Amino acid sequence: MSEFTLRLRRYDPESGEAPYWESHTIELEPHRSVLEGILQAKGRFDGSIGIRCSCRAAICGSCGVRINGQPGLACHTHLDEALERSTDGLISVEPMGNMPVIKDLIVDMDAVHWKKIQSVTPWLLAREPVPEREYLVDREAMVDVTQSMACIQCGACVSDCLAMEVDPDFTGPAALAKSYRFVGDPRDAEHRERLTALSEDPHGLYTCTHCFKCVDACPKGVNPMGQIMRLRRIAGSDHHIEDRNNGYRHEHAFVKNVRRNGLLHEADLLPDSYGGKFNPRAVPELIASLPVALRGVLRGKITPAKALLHPHKASKELRAIFDKIESKPERYELNLYVSGTDEDNEPVTAEATT
Amino acid sequence: MPEHDVLIIGAGLAGQRAALAAAREGVSVAIISKVHPVRSHSVAAAGGINAAISVADDWRSHAYDTVKGSDFLGDQDAIEVMCSEAPGEVMHLEHIGVTFHRNDAGELDLRAFGGASMNRTAYVADITGQAILHVLYEQLMKHSSTVERFEEWFVTSLIVDDDGSCVGVVARDIRTGRMETFAAKNVILASGGAGQCFKPTTNALICTADGITQAYRAGAPLMDMEMIQYHPTTLAENGFLITEGARGEGAHLLNSEGERFMSKMAPNKMELASRDVVSRAEQIEINEGRGVGPDGRGIYLDITVVPRKRTLEALREIVNIGKDFAGVDITREPIIIQPGQHYIMGGVKTDKDGCTPIPGLYAAGEVACVSVHGGNRLGANSLLDTLIFGRRAGEHASARARSMAMPSVSDAQLRRDAETIEQIIARPRAGRRISEIKEELGTTMNQHVAVFRDEQGLGSALEVVNRLKEEAQSAYVDDRGTVFNQDVLGAIELGYMLDAAQTMVVAALERKESRGAQFRTDYPERNDAEWLKHIDISRGEDGEPKVSYSPVTITQWQPEERKY
Repeated sequence: MSEFTLRLRRYDPESGEAPYWESHTIELEPHRSVLEGILQAKGRFDGSIGIRCSCRAAICGSCGVRINGQPGLACHTHLDEALERSTDGLISVEPMGNMPVIKDLIVDMDAVHWKKIQSVTPWLLAREPVPEREYLVDREAMVDVTQSMACIQCGACVSDCLAMEVDPDFTGPAALAKSYRFVGDPRDAEHRERLTALSEDPHGLYTCTHCFKCVDACPKGVNPMGQIMRLRRIAGSDHHIEDRNNGYRHEHAFVKNVRRNGLLHEADLLPDSYGGKFNPRAVPELIASLPVALRGVLRGKITPAKALLHPHKASKELRAIFDKIESKPERYELNLYVSGTDEDNEPVTAEATT
Repeated sequence: MPEHDVLIIGAGLAGQRAALAAAREGVSVAIISKVHPVRSHSVAAAGGINAAISVADDWRSHAYDTVKGSDFLGDQDAIEVMCSEAPGEVMHLEHIGVTFHRNDAGELDLRAFGGASMNRTAYVADITGQAILHVLYEQLMKHSSTVERFEEWFVTSLIVDDDGSCVGVVARDIRTGRMETFAAKNVILASGGAGQCFKPTTNALICTADGITQAYRAGAPLMDMEMIQYHPTTLAENGFLITEGARGEGAHLLNSEGERFMSKMAPNKMELASRDVVSRAEQIEINEGRGVGPDGRGIYLDITVVPRKRTLEALREIVNIGKDFAGVDITREPIIIQPGQHYIMGGVKTDKDGCTPIPGLYAAGEVACVSVHGGNRLGANSLLDTLIFGRRAGEHASARARSMAMPSVSDAQLRRDAETIEQIIARPRAGRRISEIKEELGTTMNQHVAVFRDEQGLGSALEVVNRLKEEAQSAYVDDRGTVFNQDVLGAIELGYMLDAAQTMVVAALERKESRGAQFRTDYPERNDAEWLKHIDISRGEDGEPKVSYSPVTITQWQPEERKY
């Protein structure tokens, strides 16, 4: 048994008081979960501590919180791990972000998370005709969508989505991962319609900024950002959906830019996204971005020389990587559920002798 | 006052399936759940769902396996319904979007499971319950205009009118504390099991016998309450479930001598004998000193014999559980498990359409006892039970609703319940804490109402439960608020658990034989002459459990010796 001090963010909406911190010292083995610690505090000291929880085993998705500032499930975080990440010797637990707090560690998921899920037509639009028995579909396809099906709707990815912090209307990582569950499902009849809606939505597919926060936050390895990137690749490369938000062209300009320069040359990125400096569509965008460019110059972040000349050229090796990837007949998508190797386990006896 | 033709309590698989079936019939439907529907405990069902869908299979074979698994206590007419309707139900799930894993031909793949004479378990990796639950919730979102949802509402009472019919419920909005009377032509209980009466248990914290006790207090009989399933593979420390799918994929059970000891009790089926048999075999190894682990209370589950790629693809969740909660890479080394409380075969007595003896009150899923599981449930039959009888209850209740007027319901019960809650909140800070009482209940039940039982142990368990019932009357709460007052709900749940636990102990004392999950060391044989019957328990006038019996329905399979 070891002692741990939990610092809990408390908020009682009926008191009229602001949120505050409250500490409780609990005793548990270090590998037990933060949730067990909170439940001990609740059971022994203060039954009014509010937290949703049910399965205790990272399956039901109830206990999403922030622990030492990191989003995750309280039941899925060991006390010793939480302490290691702490800077002050305390394990701080507070409600998830991007959602309004109802009480203590309980947030209003309906107001944000479920509203966004509901917005992506979250049910199968089944291909007709419906067969008498099962749809015959590729074995790998069903294993593939299992990764997004493994989402438990805990909201940890929504909690710390930076794009959503800036644009609260952003569809967000969980709902987009849910979309992939249908777009990747060969039984769904409306892949193109779904992808078009997500691409054309100014708060949709192209709002994600690849910050990886959701990948870190997800306790189930759903990799929401990876699912978003797959949706983009399918929308752009397979369905050739060129959206009005210019997301598709921007992404292609990005790739082209790195291929040419070896690293990102930002001055070219914007015009390239609109078809090049001399494209009529690029002109208003360039003019609109002038104030930003000027501020950059004034603060020394860019110099006119750097902006106009190309100091970098991609190396031969880098171009070879692009060539190799682009020459593949199919895209190879990584998926947690198909990450196993073909090697069988070594027999126990062989292991014992080595 | 909200009024509905069909009002469903609980939004796990049984409740959601009932709601969708009733909505399809065109009646007005609402579903109330104390947690958001996807948090329901159905989410934890891992291994799969049984159905005789293979061309080489026959539903009668599935039915026979189920009857045999039940140790001949299951009602065969109900089992025939469940097994014959299973293939259609699984195809329905497939059509609405469940991502069942496929074989190389693109058809549903089927894995081996305990007590089954062939591979008939359809699955989604080892998150089958989660996948089905989430897909049903997708359908609820799709049908949001026809199924009204009351998420995070806690039911405090069923309302029974002077004629003895169920005409609604009283519930509390957890977010605001507001109480509401819901009038309904029919109420379907689908609020799950009672695993929290035990510690440890594989069950979630929400499995607190709510529906079982609500029905019991309203006068409905409970059946087979002595039949408590101990799952053979749970983690010792916290009771977490390691799916039977692991053994279905080929994993072995080993004692401290490295022996596959199942050869002694089930030479043919080995690790895939029915759960009661495997749990008993494990307990014998442990009791006779051949257990493993620091205190010798465990058994090795060796999943390393399953190809690693297959484990990562089809058993990913337990790879995670091993890593996160036991510090073991199950693809590289054995994991220590033990039998742990998992499921209750008993529940509110119903017929094949989910009807209880109280008109207007239905039950389906773990809260109910049809009885399709009898003395022991086969793995991957519980998801099937919830869906088949959830649907049938929804359909039957819809038909009944069409032929009747909306009952008029008063607020009398609401006033009584509101007063009860006020009294709980006003209790002085004397007496014991709720968490202490719950802890004592759980450890007592797990000690005496477990794999092996006897008169003496059960007698002392009954004494403890009766004392705890007294103590619970004065157990105090800290939270005096109305918004998310989980403390006061915990006090009510404790009352539900204690009533249910009492019926379990009374029934286990009553059955003086060994059958299925009930093994009495003082009556070690099955005794068909005297005990091939259900034990029914009703609440007597004095509030104490009253025992009666009902016959087992036998259609085509006569009881015989059970060998695996």
